[in-house]
Amino acid sequence: MTTANPQTNETVETIHEETVETNHDDHGHHEQPPKGIMRWILTTNHKDIGTLYLWFSLTMFFIGGAMAMVIRAELFEPGLQLVEPHFFNQMTTVHGLIMVFGAVMPAFTGLANWLVPMMIGAPDMALPRMNNWSFWILPFAFLILLSSLFMEGGGPDFGWTFYAPLSTKYSGDSTALFVFAIHIMGISSIMGAINVIVTIFNLRAPGMTWMKMPLFVWTWLVTAFLLIAVMPVLAGAVTMVLTDKFFGTSFFDAAGGGDPVMFQHIFWFFGHPEVYIMILPAFGIVSAIIPAFSRKKLFGYSSMVYAVASIAILSFVVWAHHMFTTGMPKVALLFFMYCTMLIAVPTGVKVFNWVATMWKGSLSFEPPMLFAVAFVVLFTIGGFSGLMLAMTPADFQYHDTYFVVAHFHYVLVTGAIFSIMAAAYYWLPKWTGHMYSMTLAKWHFWCSVISVNVLFFPMHFLGLAGMPRRIPDYNIQFANVNEIVSIGGFAFGLSQLLFLALVIKCCRGGEKAPAKPWDGAEGLEWEIPSPAPYHSFTTPPEVK
Amino acid sequence: MTASTQSNKKLITYLVLGCLGMFGFGFALVPLYDIMCDTLGINGKTATTAQAYDQQVINKSRTIRIEFMAHIQPGMKWDFGPTTNVLEVHPGELVKTAFVAKNNASKRMIAQAIPSISPGLGAKYFHKTECFCFQQQPVDGQSPADFPLVFFVDPQLPKDIHTLTLSYTLYDITEKTLGEALTGPQAQGVTP
Repeated sequence: MTTANPQTNETVETIHEETVETNHDDHGHHEQPPKGIMRWILTTNHKDIGTLYLWFSLTMFFIGGAMAMVIRAELFEPGLQLVEPHFFNQMTTVHGLIMVFGAVMPAFTGLANWLVPMMIGAPDMALPRMNNWSFWILPFAFLILLSSLFMEGGGPDFGWTFYAPLSTKYSGDSTALFVFAIHIMGISSIMGAINVIVTIFNLRAPGMTWMKMPLFVWTWLVTAFLLIAVMPVLAGAVTMVLTDKFFGTSFFDAAGGGDPVMFQHIFWFFGHPEVYIMILPAFGIVSAIIPAFSRKKLFGYSSMVYAVASIAILSFVVWAHHMFTTGMPKVALLFFMYCTMLIAVPTGVKVFNWVATMWKGSLSFEPPMLFAVAFVVLFTIGGFSGLMLAMTPADFQYHDTYFVVAHFHYVLVTGAIFSIMAAAYYWLPKWTGHMYSMTLAKWHFWCSVISVNVLFFPMHFLGLAGMPRRIPDYNIQFANVNEIVSIGGFAFGLSQLLFLALVIKCCRGGEKAPAKPWDGAEGLEWEIPSPAPYHSFTTPPEVK
Repeated sequence: MTASTQSNKKLITYLVLGCLGMFGFGFALVPLYDIMCDTLGINGKTATTAQAYDQQVINKSRTIRIEFMAHIQPGMKWDFGPTTNVLEVHPGELVKTAFVAKNNASKRMIAQAIPSISPGLGAKYFHKTECFCFQQQPVDGQSPADFPLVFFVDPQLPKDIHTLTLSYTLYDITEKTLGEALTGPQAQGVTP
């Protein structure tokens, strides 16, 4: 440290001064946060904002989950019994929107807020005030979206993909609210992404070179660039829907010279990178947890970094695999098919690296590791069904069936959500300063992993047999399997209450957590005490 | 201004510009999409203006099956269909056919027909010298209308295409064009 050159020292001091300055106006130089609600509204502290994001995400997870319960209850039996088809459509639509934009993405942003500064030895995020804004506009976006469900004419009912002309011609007036809600969510994600990039570029501790950064930081950096590249395109798409519906433009209206298929191109140009936005940080989490509980270094660190980057780049040239049945020319079908299959290569590199990390490791199966291992196995199942869908001729059979529903729930629930659960179990002692109940956590894991497979695995067969997605009724031949699926669904939903109970219990108290509760864990975040002090790394650590 | 806030500002500027650029790119995709479809001829869209008949040779050795389809925008109270469902034509030959429509509503309506060719790659080899889809079509309530169509198939049509399906979808654009179409000069082409 003493040998560091003068310039580095100056930067260090500057950072220190700024942190103090940031906190100056609202609560001076106190080490502890102020009490009461204003702490949360005015906070610019990355840990507070991370906590807000995570609680918000958990709330949305339960709201979106409740909608899934409505869907599964209606599909428990053939015929229409509980809800009107119109309401069913709103449930499938809003369930998707809430889970994508309200549960998974804010959870990752929350984790980034908590962990990125601690992992790179920074005192806070680079842009703390913007950080406050990017969280606090989010609840309003979802308030607008959810309130539309209670208005005359109902909420959005055109599927989370809001294909034109469903969203431009056949939708209710609430489409305007939907559009504004998406705009706000997009602005929030973009601000979050800018913050992450600036933090990682400018606030790394001395010695924290690019190729020493933990993979969670790497994956989030790539994710942030993806967000900046595609969220504005989504904003453009919803704006076009808005003007087509209310202001007489014809972007997607064939009668006026537009083209509804173009909507799908624009939407999926956003939509496919979005898929990786929801999974890359998960790769980072798993790459932190598996080495810790294998007591080995991560196998193939640099290949992991390159794999993440290549997945991100490839994600921009595969969008039309969502549209194989729109009648594209053969050349385009082949191009998108091969590019899609190409993604299996870097993804395979990652999966094999995780397995190689575990190989001959000294494994132990604490709750974070259980979820991480389940992630590797179940995410790979989702990857395989993705490969099946990537084959154009086969996709004509699978398109718009429950096979697709099974596929993306394997990658998003047992992929993204399981990784978030794993992250919560891994870093919860660091966040709260308490150990949680291992017994309860293991109950949560086993209930979840069994029920989630009862829920989603049979959906593959429903899809192969031809059951279409997004329809409230189905042929009697699908009745038995749907019963099983619904039972799995209810069980999975109830299992998550165990998680809620565990987190609340852990926040309130429990056995005191040491600075590093997992003996194999590595990283700067474990060098500060648990719970992490309100201000950490105000003097940057030296990374060797 | 310290060194680190300066480098923050620079980076933020780039990132915000990147966002704005991508927002613009979203809209730029609209004309880009049309240009791509036009030049590659991949969308089944035919030309929106009449083309001149310039064929000297009719290739009698090759026969192309032309199928006609008609769709109506849901909720539009019209009948609409081709006079012949299938025609066998030789490349280079000028062919005349027609669609017939009837406005079953009680009031005058304006329709716009949107063509589409399948397979999409065949679209740029299907030339129309006269088509009802080039103009808006006002039809009085309870009245029938003849929609003429004159076309020829380009002899350059790829060898592996034996059938072209031409589909028209009829849209009600009365409300969109109400002002100009009902007060201004009548669109040509319809003599009930």
